[in-house]
Amino acid sequence: MSDKDTSATIELLTFRLGDQEYSLDIMSVREIRGWTRATPLPHAPGYMKGVINLRGTVLPVMDLALRLGLTPREHTDRNVIIVVKHEDAMTGLLVDAVSDIIALTADDLQPPPDMQTSAIPNVVSALTLIDERMIRVLDLGSIVNSTQSAAA
Amino acid sequence: MAQNDPMAEIRASFFIECEELLEALQDGLQSMEEEGGEESETINVVFRAVHSIKGGAGAFGLEALVRFAHRFETVLDEVRAGRMSPDADAIRLFFQCADHLSDLVRISRDAGELPTAETASLLAALDALLGEEGASEREPEPEEEIDFQPAGLSLDLDFGGGDLPPLISAMPRFRIEFTPENELFETGNEPFLMLRALDAMGQCQVTCHTERLPDFASLAPETSYLSWTIELEADVQEAEIASVFEFVEGLCTLNITRIEDETAGTSSTAEEVTDMQTGTDTSDTTDPLAPPAKPAEADPGPLVQPLVDKASAPPAAKAPAAPASAGSGGSADNSGEQKGASAAAAAKSVVRVDIDRIERLVNLVGELVINQAMLAQSLEESGLSPHSDAMNGLEEFQRLTRDIQDSVMMIRAQPVKSLFQRMSRIVREASAAVGKDVRLHTVGESTEVDKTVIERLADPLTHMIRNAVDHGLESAEKRVAAGKPAQGRVNLTAAHRSGRVVIEVSDDGGGINRKRVLEIAIEKGLVPAEAQLSDTEIDNLLFLPGFSTASVISDLSGRGVGMDVVRTSIQSLGGRISISSTPGVGTTFSISLPLTLAVLDGMVVQVADETLVLPLSVVVETLTLASKDVEMVRPGAYVVRVRSGFVPLFDLGKELGYRQPITDYDGTVVLLIAQEDGSNAALVIDSIQDQRQVVIKGLDDSFYRAPGIAAATILGDGQIALIVDTSDIISNAIGSHGAAATPSLTGLSA
Repeated sequence: MSDKDTSATIELLTFRLGDQEYSLDIMSVREIRGWTRATPLPHAPGYMKGVINLRGTVLPVMDLALRLGLTPREHTDRNVIIVVKHEDAMTGLLVDAVSDIIALTADDLQPPPDMQTSAIPNVVSALTLIDERMIRVLDLGSIVNSTQSAAA
Repeated sequence: MAQNDPMAEIRASFFIECEELLEALQDGLQSMEEEGGEESETINVVFRAVHSIKGGAGAFGLEALVRFAHRFETVLDEVRAGRMSPDADAIRLFFQCADHLSDLVRISRDAGELPTAETASLLAALDALLGEEGASEREPEPEEEIDFQPAGLSLDLDFGGGDLPPLISAMPRFRIEFTPENELFETGNEPFLMLRALDAMGQCQVTCHTERLPDFASLAPETSYLSWTIELEADVQEAEIASVFEFVEGLCTLNITRIEDETAGTSSTAEEVTDMQTGTDTSDTTDPLAPPAKPAEADPGPLVQPLVDKASAPPAAKAPAAPASAGSGGSADNSGEQKGASAAAAAKSVVRVDIDRIERLVNLVGELVINQAMLAQSLEESGLSPHSDAMNGLEEFQRLTRDIQDSVMMIRAQPVKSLFQRMSRIVREASAAVGKDVRLHTVGESTEVDKTVIERLADPLTHMIRNAVDHGLESAEKRVAAGKPAQGRVNLTAAHRSGRVVIEVSDDGGGINRKRVLEIAIEKGLVPAEAQLSDTEIDNLLFLPGFSTASVISDLSGRGVGMDVVRTSIQSLGGRISISSTPGVGTTFSISLPLTLAVLDGMVVQVADETLVLPLSVVVETLTLASKDVEMVRPGAYVVRVRSGFVPLFDLGKELGYRQPITDYDGTVVLLIAQEDGSNAALVIDSIQDQRQVVIKGLDDSFYRAPGIAAATILGDGQIALIVDTSDIISNAIGSHGAAATPSLTGLSA
């Protein structure tokens, strides 16, 4: 996304968390899986759902809504786990539902206004409008990177 | 240096070779030390190892390595030629040089900074060993070889070609017919290096057969057309000659015959042709890495150029005809012949495999084991008769799976020899540092352990060996006064014992000064002043973190690593360490380790609706509690009465945060856990499900590291079960309600 070439197409996977729409660079998405029960990790922060078996690999799964500080909500059948890869580490992100894949150029993205109010790390790297809906583009690194302080 | 891939690959394989050669070098020196250095075969091995490293290093332009190896080799050559017989001091120097050589190899590989001062001092020591006559006489020759012109064969000229001095003609003569196949070049081998290695053995005459070279127009660049006949006059065994071609076995047609008597009849013209061609050949094929090629050598120019290119490329269909017919049949012949010649050398054939491939295989077998468990579970649930065909088949399948798993694990198994060799270096260095005369005795070098285990053992062992030399052994005077030989002895042994490997480090020193240890422990507040501790308990105090950097028994190391760190790293390998000491006789540290880190014999238990796995090795016994067995020491800290002792009690479900602490212990199941310090603890669980082998899956803890959890595994139903790290659980539990520390100390003697 740091591409200077503004005409280059960026593909984003959009999904819903509550009534908000978010998106991730599709290049970081490995697969999308239905929800399965995760084995909880002891003393883990609330948003760590635990670990699941991804074809023989132990995959940590976090509830993205809780990670972003949104209000917890009921799980439904439409909940899915987006398996993402960031710097060789795979993580599962539990989201409410996947909506779409959109293609846009860097021109369509605008930086979020600077609002240092939230205690939550600044995970939204850009905003864009699709059909009058605002879509938040997430910065994967700041979500899955170690935040031991938050974990402790 | 070389960044492009093929080069990097060749380079990497050179460094792997170096490791083997260095190992052989160490071995050789060791047996020289034991046999007094008179055995000619041993010195040959040593010489050859250094020589091969030098040769390879030359090809990669590793100047410093070449220069050092060369001087080392010069001295060894003196020994080999019988002009010098190495005394103990010389052999000690050789060891140092070997250590330094391996440093240089490592530094060259990692492109690190060269320890110039050390090199210089060792070189000076080597020169001193050579004495005046050696130094003056040999000086010019090194220069020449150090240059490593790609046209190394021109060295022949130094020896005067066919004009052999009569005194050497008493040496055995060999004729070597060498026809590389296309594959030889594909695999990055280089005939020139072999020719040069032969040349280094003695008087060498090389004839290059160019008859099969087609017209320029029909030349296929990917085909090997050349072959060589080499007449070698040298005091070597056929096996040694064969060993030059070791790496191209099966990639060439090779014939080594001993010539009884025959005049050195190669025409000098043929020889010149060879020189020119091999010379150019190399300068071109190895160009990216070869040190300064003489422009003159490249001159033979455009005509030879294509001939050169051919050497390095993949096969073309037509030309192999001749060499290939000799190849498939011929290589069989030739390997047979080689076997005759080098029966000893060819005793074991070894495949060098990329570790990634093995990792993949191990993972796949892990999957297989898990799948098998899933299948077994669903078959069992289907209610089939245990005598049905399906169940019988399953049983067979399980047996096969187990066999495959064992075999795969065995691939990763390596003898601990390389590790032990490293330790002999540590002993040399540590004993020199503290000025003690120490000898390392190793037993069970061939004991095989999983590669990862070996790698991770190096640090703890290093520390223990240093400890033994520094703290364990007394000074020479004290030893003599105590009626012991002045030379201290450190034993390092490895052995398999009931599915685990046991490694022991022992010294014949003064034993642990228990009085002193206890004093320090009390001083540091680690034990209450009035504590009455048994000898074992006192010994175990050495493992307490507080003891680490303190000058317990003496005060060398000061490296900031203590026995607590050693114990932690052994524990992280799923191992246990124990200590035993007899005053005046010595101290023994004993490490017991699993053979592999990939599978674990586990006990599958249920705690608060979660399935957990505990390493079977820590479970001593299982008990069902009655309320009367449980006593509260203080709020939150309970002990359970086991026979006559009290053992601290921990609720696993509570410690993992899965549930509130249980209040009624009546009828609960507890596992008695053996801790590394020999004490016990009891863990409350809900129920025991199974005992079985599980495949260990690492937890990616970059984001969140779960306390008390070592790893995970996948169960038959596809669910993940966490593998509990009992010592972590217990130490966390003790930490969390600190007061419970006392019961754990009470448990020390259990």
